[in-house]
Amino acid sequence: MTTTISQSDYQLKKESVLQGGQEKYHQKNTEQGKLFVRDRLELLFDDGLKAEDGLFANLLAGDLPADGVVTGIGKIHGRTVCVMANDSTVKAGSWGKRTVEKILRIQETAEKLRCPMLYLVDSAGARITDQLEMFPGRRGAGRIFYNQVKMSGKVPQICLLFGPSAAGGAYIPAFCDIVVMVEENASMYLGSPRMAEMVIGEKVTLEEMGGAKMHCSVSGCGDVLAKNEEEAIAYARNYLTYFPENFTEKPVKAEAKAPTISEKSIEEIIPNNQNASFDMYQLIDRLIDEGSKCEIKKLFAPELITTLGRINGQPIGIIANQPRVKGGVLFHDSADKAAKFINLCDAFHIPLLFLVDVPGFMIGTNVERAGIIRHGAKMISAMSEATVPKMTVIVRKAYGAGLYAMAGPAFEPDCCIALPTASIAVMGPEAAVNAVYANKIASLPEEERASFIAEKREEYREDIDIYRLASDLIIDDIVEPNRLREELASRLDVYLSKYMVFTERKHGVYPV
Amino acid sequence: MTNIVASMAGSVWKVLVAEGDEVKEGQDIIILESMKMEIPIAAEKDGIVKKIQIQEGDFVNDEDILVEIE
Repeated sequence: MTTTISQSDYQLKKESVLQGGQEKYHQKNTEQGKLFVRDRLELLFDDGLKAEDGLFANLLAGDLPADGVVTGIGKIHGRTVCVMANDSTVKAGSWGKRTVEKILRIQETAEKLRCPMLYLVDSAGARITDQLEMFPGRRGAGRIFYNQVKMSGKVPQICLLFGPSAAGGAYIPAFCDIVVMVEENASMYLGSPRMAEMVIGEKVTLEEMGGAKMHCSVSGCGDVLAKNEEEAIAYARNYLTYFPENFTEKPVKAEAKAPTISEKSIEEIIPNNQNASFDMYQLIDRLIDEGSKCEIKKLFAPELITTLGRINGQPIGIIANQPRVKGGVLFHDSADKAAKFINLCDAFHIPLLFLVDVPGFMIGTNVERAGIIRHGAKMISAMSEATVPKMTVIVRKAYGAGLYAMAGPAFEPDCCIALPTASIAVMGPEAAVNAVYANKIASLPEEERASFIAEKREEYREDIDIYRLASDLIIDDIVEPNRLREELASRLDVYLSKYMVFTERKHGVYPV
Repeated sequence: MTNIVASMAGSVWKVLVAEGDEVKEGQDIIILESMKMEIPIAAEKDGIVKKIQIQEGDFVNDEDILVEIE
């Protein structure tokens, strides 16, 4: 068969576009440990792109292949997902008019197909030279964020951040359900260090100001810190297995697995002394299927653990106090972290499990100034509104508003159960005796104080005894620690058909 | 040199190391008491304890330096 001129011309054009930008930018990418955008997509999808639109976008410009972004549809674990992926070899992944239009169209496609939308971000931001065409108008970049907000909770939206997401572009991750950042390469910032120096006189490195590590541990704008791009992509593929394709469906069960085999039993890992610390991850490992932990915000506010997992194959979201860090006390950041996680799980029908061991919300000047009450309200609001099955386990203690925030009995969990050594109270015995009897203690002779305090503490302990709470129907059951997984599995199985509408109104006035 | 700082406001309950001691990453070196809870503070890296900045019973604020490790 002979090749006509038009065919060979077509091949040349197409191949050239598929190559992306100039060779020197590919080299720079490789030096930074970055993959070419099309190689990223090969790793992400089961079997490559199934459909791609806008390949020839801005072809006539000559040096802007695909206008710096790949948009298309592929399959992950056999399920359809839409993707937009910046090409950092084309003008540093910057956005022009057609880049923005391509992103808008793939978002609209994801909404129509009701499938997850993935954003593979590696972009320097807007092309200032093209601003009139891509910045202010009805189909300008602002529309990307409008679409994201509209799609939020309808379909999962995931951001993989491989490079910078600067200025306005930094809002793409901000509106996603989850942001995975690659260590050293990924960054998010509204103004670059150069701009910061020019405008406010601050001298700072990019890593310090908007680096992946900072965002994943300090600001909370990043959810997962990945060592490299492969790890980030693998995380996203795994994360999606916990989610349905959209809010009208329920998460798919995986094959049930036994938990990791551990030497010590649950009873052995939980200290009797309420004030001593222990590692909550050890309890989680004994409750969930082996290898099913998919943690979100591991490095941010680690005094509260938020992780996806499975019990007998059923996806669940776990919110657990971590006594090993800051005593498991709730802070403004931990409350904020919990609010987003609860919201995420509830949007996609993922049942919630609260593992409670909380001395309360932190007190003191620092946290009041940080608005802990406002952030605590945000967590309680999200938890109250969640209509998925909610199971609460009082592992050791639930003191003060900590009980409320961790889905205590007043917040309509489907069950609030406790281990036999658990205690629920406004405050612990030490603080309570001091609060009630401070004046009395001060008036006693020195030698009588210790015995008086001990006696009152004992009385208090009896008053908040867990069997008393069960007897008064405050908690629904007391469970043997080593049977906790079976108990939860059995309850989860029967709660799955739960359907409720929280209340009728336009929407609440959220304490954000 | 790295500074080990308080993870939250509280009082110093126990100092588990002395100046000159060798410590391993993850080893608890100070226990704070806050919100009626024991708050273990671990070394972030292997090293030698150079200076202990606090005494048992001191009130410390979030981010205050407790121990210098070399």
